[in-house]
Amino acid sequence: MIFSVHVEVRLRPGIADPQGSTIERALPTLGFPGVEGVRVGKSIRFTIDAADEASARSEAEDLCRRFLTNPVIEDAVIELEAAAGVGR
Amino acid sequence: MSRRVGVVLFPGSNCEQDVVEAVDLLGGEAEILWHGDATVNGVDAVVVPGGFAHGDYLRPGAIARFSPVMAAVADHAAAGGPVVGICNGFQVLTEAGLLPGALQKNRGLKFLCTTVELRVESNDSALTRLAEAGSTIRIPVNHFEGNYTCDDETLAALKSEDRVVLRYVDNPNGSVDDIAGICNEGRNVVGLMPHPERATSELLGSADGLPLLRSLVA
Repeated sequence: MIFSVHVEVRLRPGIADPQGSTIERALPTLGFPGVEGVRVGKSIRFTIDAADEASARSEAEDLCRRFLTNPVIEDAVIELEAAAGVGR
Repeated sequence: MSRRVGVVLFPGSNCEQDVVEAVDLLGGEAEILWHGDATVNGVDAVVVPGGFAHGDYLRPGAIARFSPVMAAVADHAAAGGPVVGICNGFQVLTEAGLLPGALQKNRGLKFLCTTVELRVESNDSALTRLAEAGSTIRIPVNHFEGNYTCDDETLAALKSEDRVVLRYVDNPNGSVDDIAGICNEGRNVVGLMPHPERATSELLGSADGLPLLRSLVA
């Protein structure tokens, strides 16, 4: 089965986010004075061919831990759904 | 004794020739190690130089650590051989798990390109053994992700085991505990953000990098 995977890589709480801070500081001059807590992450999409959802999720988690994130400074949120035909 | 120093070259490295020049200047014998070759060619010491290995895509060092040469570098380190990661090389060594912690974006939101003062905290490491403990040296930094961080347990271990080998006198990037350079438990693997290979002559503004790099070749 083909599974469509979306990984959101986020900086862990407390880790400096210069891009987010810079965007937030620019917002008042653009007319958005009430916007706060801007954090910039990464959005990564791919497909996995796996026997079932549990094994697809397990592989995605392994991929995130070993490569897509640095666990010292980043977390990953994984969204996964069956998507037969996608990516083929 | 002239020692052979291997300098790893990834696509996107840009400080390897500076390291080669510095090693040659000190009477060592430098050679480039291509990242795609799974060997360190029997060199005595390895330097992972600065730059933007593999474009720093995903994260600095994230892709470089999978290069074939890195397994050989890890073997060399495991056998007690000296390995030094400078700037991007430090980032590569943390991603490869040869050194603890990570380098996050600078606290001040700016790319830093300046010369800083460092205190040599320990001369018990592959890179600082010929430097004078307690001395202050001037070395350039050139980085955006140089803000060293690690969990509390790791920091406590680094401090209690005297593994913080270099500290910033005036912390430029927010690094925890003013850390500029650390070593592993075996003290043969060292990572630092400053560039000693750019401080090899008074004509360049400082020759304070020489005692550090001499530790690898003498």
